[in-house]
Amino acid sequence: MNHTLSVFVEDKPGVLARVSSLLARRGFNIHSLAVGPSHEDGMSKMTIVVEAPELEQVKKQLHKLVNVVKITELEPDQSIEREVMLVRVSAASGRRSDVLEIASIFKAVAVDVGHNSICFQVAGEPAKINDFLELVRPYGVIDLVKSGRVALARDTKGKQPRLRAVN
Amino acid sequence: MTTMTGAQALIKALEHEGVDIAFGVPGGAILPAYDPILDSSIRHVLARHEQGAGHMAEGYAWATGKVGVCIATSGPGATNLVTPLADALMDSVPIVAITGQVPTGAVGNDAFQEAYTTGITMPATKHNYFVTDPDEIPQLVHEAFHIASTGRPGPVLLDLPKDILNATTTWHTPVDLSLPGYRPTVDGHPLRVREAVEMIAAAERPVLYVGGGIIKANGAGELRRFAELTNVPVTTTLMGRGAFPDAHPLAMGMPGMHGTYTAITAIQKSDLLISIGVRFDDRVTGNPSTFAPHAKVIHVDVDPAEIGKVRVPEVPIVGDARAVLAQLIEAWGERPTPERTAWRETVRGWQRDHPLRYQQSPDGPLKPQYVVEELHRITGGDAIVVAGVGQHQMWASQFWQFNHPRRWINSGGLGTMGFAVPAAIGAKAGMPDELVYAIDGDGCFQMTSQELITAATDGIPVKVAIMNNGVHGMVTQWQRLFYNNRFSASQLGNMVDYVKLAEAMGCVGLRADSPDEVAPTIEKSLSINDRPVVVEFVVDPEEMVFPMVPAGGSNDDVILGPTERVITAASDLP
Repeated sequence: MNHTLSVFVEDKPGVLARVSSLLARRGFNIHSLAVGPSHEDGMSKMTIVVEAPELEQVKKQLHKLVNVVKITELEPDQSIEREVMLVRVSAASGRRSDVLEIASIFKAVAVDVGHNSICFQVAGEPAKINDFLELVRPYGVIDLVKSGRVALARDTKGKQPRLRAVN
Repeated sequence: MTTMTGAQALIKALEHEGVDIAFGVPGGAILPAYDPILDSSIRHVLARHEQGAGHMAEGYAWATGKVGVCIATSGPGATNLVTPLADALMDSVPIVAITGQVPTGAVGNDAFQEAYTTGITMPATKHNYFVTDPDEIPQLVHEAFHIASTGRPGPVLLDLPKDILNATTTWHTPVDLSLPGYRPTVDGHPLRVREAVEMIAAAERPVLYVGGGIIKANGAGELRRFAELTNVPVTTTLMGRGAFPDAHPLAMGMPGMHGTYTAITAIQKSDLLISIGVRFDDRVTGNPSTFAPHAKVIHVDVDPAEIGKVRVPEVPIVGDARAVLAQLIEAWGERPTPERTAWRETVRGWQRDHPLRYQQSPDGPLKPQYVVEELHRITGGDAIVVAGVGQHQMWASQFWQFNHPRRWINSGGLGTMGFAVPAAIGAKAGMPDELVYAIDGDGCFQMTSQELITAATDGIPVKVAIMNNGVHGMVTQWQRLFYNNRFSASQLGNMVDYVKLAEAMGCVGLRADSPDEVAPTIEKSLSINDRPVVVEFVVDPEEMVFPMVPAGGSNDDVILGPTERVITAASDLP
């Protein structure tokens, strides 16, 4: 089962290697990993999607790393998860409008157009990105790259559960 | 402000941390750091191999309770340290390793003697550093010592490129540590402590299962008070031997694969396992699903990741073993000490019926267990005993009576053959007034014996008893039991004259091959204190270690001897 972890780490050389090597060494499979600067100077935030039957050991082992400051498990219904995909779709002149029509429904932006292909940038929930991918796949996907998932916890303070669902 | 080199700052930083001795081997990249050692208060012991230097630092740390220091150069120097680092990580030994590195500009270019030391040692250390700024050296050394010695202790490595060692800097006195991701818990949660005390008071067949965590936390005194206060029998793991006195009426000896029948069975029949500073290692549990099947578990450990890793406890307590024991004693308060008459009598019955045993016939081949017992008798047990890995290690642990902590040093988790000789040298260097007697096997001895040259040269008079059976004993034992007596690659032969080898290395060599020679030879070894002494005991190659629970088996199925096996129904309760 996939779990999403938000890991707050010191921005020190090698910290990414420490985290990924620890997960590999302890037998946990990384589904995706995204890392970048955080809201605090000198600190980075990693979003790790990890395949593991249970998370307790993953969290405890990660906590043993000196540069790991905080680990939060993000539950899907209480967090915002986003991903960016760049995908180059085969689109010869006759089929372009079909592809662009699908893209406009998904708010995918054509960021590079060639004689026989269009490269789209699509951002949003991972499920939405996958839906888009499935719809353009029949046209021929030439290349694609995903950013890996990034996620933040929702602000649930003082909100009714029902409102949260709308959020 | 006086300027100095990074290397001078490094050595001054080590002095600042209280380092009195360092074990190492110099080489190109670390040369700048060796020069200021001459002007420092640090004694440097020149090991013959970096692995030896690392194990010496471990032996020093075990015996003294202080942080051990080892130094090596880049490339092969650093890779030779990997085994001791992995060993120290497994056994939670506080050491700091200093390695030289090729100059920053050459890093990544496959320079001469370049290895990616921080990458290679990442999974073999508690933490490591690649130093890029000479101004930071004192602070990073301070951090390294703090991380190595606090929480669950372990090895920390600092990798220093040669240009950083040669760079000009000034002394920056270490300031308060800023380690937001490193805050070990010391005190246990008071609610959990109270819960634990209630369970202990209510238990009918409790067992204290304690290990190296007690020794690391210097908690042997608290453990003894708590065991006596609650009247609970105690089993000490291989890493915890000496945490509780073997001579104490509550002591049951070692659990696990080669533990005593009593300790193994008491755990299996227990209704409450009070586990402190242990990690439910597979050598203790066998098949974890059949381990202590009737017991609720209280698990105290300073490392939260150990709690629930193998066995999910009913009461988890994260904290330092000594601090939590003090809390448990306080929470126990004025409660009367339970009688536990039936349980204590049951345990005594097992001890009576199934003691550790062996047979030494007066004219038969010499038994290694007899040698251990004679060593213990003649020294009065007043020695630091250091073992390698294998049969001799198990016999030493079984037949030596450990009554104090830090008197038993061995490689438990990693099982590093060749550990004994260098670790004994480190222990003796740290505790020069103590008798340090290594009990080694011939297979182990041949892996690191050259460090005896270090001992002879540097005036570190250790004593080494070699249990020479001419074979890799534990491998042979498994081949005898599980591989139909097919002795593939386990027979070492008897080519080595250990007396001559010892003499060639500047030591005294002695030899005993019959029971009546054992005592006088030990006496003689004890009378020589100006040089290291090697004593070869020619022992029976067919002797096996018992009791034995085969790897992955159930602790309800104990092989007591070559022809005797006790299988207890898991449902039978005393």
